[in-house]
Amino acid sequence: MIPQVLPLFTGIFGVLLLASLIGASLRWKLGPGNSVVGNLNARIIAWWWMVGLLLGAFSLGKAGLVLLFLFVSFQGLREFLSLTYTRRGDHRALVGLFFILLPLQYWLVYSNWYGLFSILIPVYGFLLLPTVSVLSQDSTRFLERTSKVQWGAMLAIYCLSHVPALLNLRIPGHEEAGPLLVVFLMLVVQGSDVLQYVWGKLFGRHRVSPEISPSKTWEGLIGGVLSSSALGAALHGFTPFLWWQAGLIALIINLMGFFGGLVLSAIKRDRGVKDWGDLIEGHGGMLDRVDSLSFAAPIFFHVIRFWWT
Amino acid sequence: MNTLSRIVELSLAELICGFVRALTSVRATWIVPPRPRGARVYFANHASHADFTLIWASLPLAIRSKVRPVAARDYWESGILRPYLARKVFRAVLIDRGRLQRDHNPVEAMAAVLEAGEPLIVFPEGTRNTQDDLQPFKSGLFHLAERCPTVEFVPVWIENMARVMPKGSFVPIPLLCSVTYGPPIAFDGSSKQDFLEKARAALLALKPDDESREGNRK
Repeated sequence: MIPQVLPLFTGIFGVLLLASLIGASLRWKLGPGNSVVGNLNARIIAWWWMVGLLLGAFSLGKAGLVLLFLFVSFQGLREFLSLTYTRRGDHRALVGLFFILLPLQYWLVYSNWYGLFSILIPVYGFLLLPTVSVLSQDSTRFLERTSKVQWGAMLAIYCLSHVPALLNLRIPGHEEAGPLLVVFLMLVVQGSDVLQYVWGKLFGRHRVSPEISPSKTWEGLIGGVLSSSALGAALHGFTPFLWWQAGLIALIINLMGFFGGLVLSAIKRDRGVKDWGDLIEGHGGMLDRVDSLSFAAPIFFHVIRFWWT
Repeated sequence: MNTLSRIVELSLAELICGFVRALTSVRATWIVPPRPRGARVYFANHASHADFTLIWASLPLAIRSKVRPVAARDYWESGILRPYLARKVFRAVLIDRGRLQRDHNPVEAMAAVLEAGEPLIVFPEGTRNTQDDLQPFKSGLFHLAERCPTVEFVPVWIENMARVMPKGSFVPIPLLCSVTYGPPIAFDGSSKQDFLEKARAALLALKPDDESREGNRK
């Protein structure tokens, strides 16, 4: 898969190099004590690691990408469930979630069994998780507990598994486009996060939702989403899409990504925490990094599946 | 031979700590910085068999290599693996739980360890708790404090371990855990009831419940 994605990765590494240079010059100009610049530089270093890991996964082919996202889902799931209330009676359901549903879902991605991939968690998981919990004879806050377990399964496993599942889409005339679709999705959605952050830090004045995520501003949202959609349109040459199609798809997944970040912020706020974890220096937990991706990936997958395959 | 078996025991100890760290990504928070030297008593909430290993894994090596858990003799002396783990790897101080047929005084056994300069880990609820709240403390903590009035008692709140491996389950799930070490308390001559309440309140103060989290909102 490397030859197909190498041009895009070369571009990403170029941007990271530029970002590192800007980060270093800001540090030199404003001093090492500046916390915003310190956090910015920590984020940039983490980006080098994440892009490097993604490239490493691509070099191992489909198995590499499936394993990488298996890990992303695993970490996201444990962050999500660590912050949600469950009881002793849910232990077996959680064991099933971690040790059966999670590996099974990614095995279905790897083996390209689309029929079961698309219903394993929404149908079987939905029905069997509360069934396992109810057998332990504890009705305390039962609906709440069950909903949280199901939410963790849908968000961290089902939604995120749509990223490597892109490799299974066969677009007539573009049979080898899978890896590029993965890079397109991640580049546009994560690019939107970064550009919203940059636009917000430079021009942010008016808050979008002060009650849920005080750091999100209209200036950041509009500037970030529009510039990232333009980036998507500009990348259409790597995809099966025309330029306006690429731009429109980028706009849709950017908006989904924004709402994903907002929804997960609402959950964090309700739980009284700022970050999901501390796995990624400067970013927070895994879910802080992939919140937007989890909302964008299934929509991206189905838009392409419906109109292009 | 003795050196060799000690190496095996220490490697097992580090292996168990490494496994617990990988499983739980345990994070230690010290409200007052740790003091590596001297005898102290760490007292914690108890809901899982693995609680002790979590505290162990979260302690700095200087404390971990010395600290000893206080555990129930009846449980840890049965079977084949358990006595080896308890005596050699965990270096547990085993005490009798039953009131009758007691051939040694558990408070004296614990005090002897403290006087030798080694810290202790105790679970004053006495048994693993299956509820969300903290059970009343057994009086052993008070008798130990009265017997060793200069020793500091450090409250230790364990979060989430009960969900990683609850009572009655032997398949752990990899949730993130945290261990919070609170400001130490000491014996102040108060009555048994007052001291146990004070210790319990000091431990409960570390619990990140929904209401206190609400207070943290910005």
